[in-house]
Amino acid sequence: MTAAPLARVSRFNIAALALGLAFLYLPIVILVIYSFNASQLVTVWGGWSLRWYVEFFNDRAMLNATFMSLRVAAVSATLATVLGTLAAVALTRGEGFRGRTLFSGMLYAPLVMPEVITGLSLLLLFVALGAERGFWTVTVAHTTLTMCFVTVIVQSRLGALDRGLEEAAMDLGCDPLRAFLSVTLPLIAPAIAAGWMLAFTLSLDDLVIASFTTGPGATTLPIRIYSEVRLGVKPEINAICSLIVGSIAILIVAASMASKLSSGRGGNAAPM
Amino acid sequence: MSARRIFTRPARLAAIAPYVWMALFFLVPFAFVVKISLSQAAIAQPPYMPVVMLADGWRGLVAAFGALSLDNFRLLASDDLYLLAGLRSLTVAATATALLLLIGYPVAYAMARLPRRWQPVAMTLVIVPFWTSFLIRVYAWINILQHDGLLNKILLALHVVSAPVVWLATDRAMYLGLVYSYLPFMILPLYATLARLDPALLEAAGDLGSSPRQAFWLVTVPLSLPGIGAGVLLCFIPIVGEFVIPDLLAGSDSMMVGQALWLEFFTNRDWPVASATAVLLLAILLLPLLVYDRFQRRQMRRS
Repeated sequence: MTAAPLARVSRFNIAALALGLAFLYLPIVILVIYSFNASQLVTVWGGWSLRWYVEFFNDRAMLNATFMSLRVAAVSATLATVLGTLAAVALTRGEGFRGRTLFSGMLYAPLVMPEVITGLSLLLLFVALGAERGFWTVTVAHTTLTMCFVTVIVQSRLGALDRGLEEAAMDLGCDPLRAFLSVTLPLIAPAIAAGWMLAFTLSLDDLVIASFTTGPGATTLPIRIYSEVRLGVKPEINAICSLIVGSIAILIVAASMASKLSSGRGGNAAPM
Repeated sequence: MSARRIFTRPARLAAIAPYVWMALFFLVPFAFVVKISLSQAAIAQPPYMPVVMLADGWRGLVAAFGALSLDNFRLLASDDLYLLAGLRSLTVAATATALLLLIGYPVAYAMARLPRRWQPVAMTLVIVPFWTSFLIRVYAWINILQHDGLLNKILLALHVVSAPVVWLATDRAMYLGLVYSYLPFMILPLYATLARLDPALLEAAGDLGSSPRQAFWLVTVPLSLPGIGAGVLLCFIPIVGEFVIPDLLAGSDSMMVGQALWLEFFTNRDWPVASATAVLLLAILLLPLLVYDRFQRRQMRRS
């Protein structure tokens, strides 16, 4: 790299970056500020208050939907992490195997596939299988979507890893499984953790696929929020959204601190 | 070398579980979509006919195949609604993707020119909104754009407008929502290619007498084409099938394909027509999906 890279940054560059970031963050900041609005009217500022948070914690239906979403997210993220990590290992270490093209195609397509198609097709499968729609059908649907994201994250970490380390372990007498568990796995742990978190938040966020695959008694938070939002802006929704944004922010800070800790021990930071 | 080969076999075994899972829950369901798109709607549970019963044996299967029909696709072709929805999906996706490229490129370019130690920070800042809920981000805009929302208040206070402007339920609002939601998907692949660009190439262009502007158009832009391609595909394909953003932000006078599918399924409860709409949507996306697949494969080979 040549010296004085700062000189390459023009005023136009700084302006573009600042405007871009402001565009990304301002709406969320405004949403959070208005969630503390005391006024009944969402558009009139009536001073600071926590009343909409109290309202949320007294709303049984909303709370049930929240717990349902958290359960679906936790179970599906865990399944997706196991499956996604296995897929990433197969893609980066399995060399060429029969059906590899189909395999990678099936793993990359859901990343861009419109959710209405994924949701409808999974529902038709569940109906054909005679599966009772509810918690498990949503969980399976979310696992299918999110494991692809886990695969991409873990795969990029595995691809960047020095394979000499695994080979050295095996030369020293480890069998492949042992080499993977004691050498590779600790090195890709930050990526696996990042993958789990991304899967968790994607599941928590999903409206379309959950709407298709859910059944009576398994209303998730986004479905509930969506039906409220269609009726107009409600201050209570601002409070719920702020709580979600806050928890995700805490998760991200925790994750980046964890990856710093692990990189302090010799590994590199997680790719995401 | 030998150790590497020993590792290959168990790594292949690792493919079994995800392979079976994706085949069962991603590939097989498409067969059901196609099958049901050829069936008739019925007032029953599930609401379509015919249902192939394995217990009926071969004769049942033949009878069921005989009952399949292209009626749903004829309906799709004869009703303007679906044709218009398809066209609208394509134009909306193309326009939004162009806007995203226009806005995303300068941001990604600025990120790539930041000092090295600031680049990961900027990247994290772009990724974080992607982690917060999609629905929440659209909802945040409803807050701002509504009749007596913040935007109209500011515009009125600055005397830019004399009466509140209708923002919600317009195409403007929808494009704003699309650009806002998909911006990280455009910025990240662009940044990835721009950050890898060797600054020596620009210096060489300068030494050979091109102005910074010429160097940008003749060197930087052509070399960032892979990033442009990836960003365009990552935005265009999902936007064609988008449902939430047009549903919440655009007016109700015209629909995109995703909305038509949703309407058929949830409001009209016509599963066969909804499935036929899904097949239509897939057909529209087949070419971009194939290009995307080639892109991914090439990228994988490079890494």
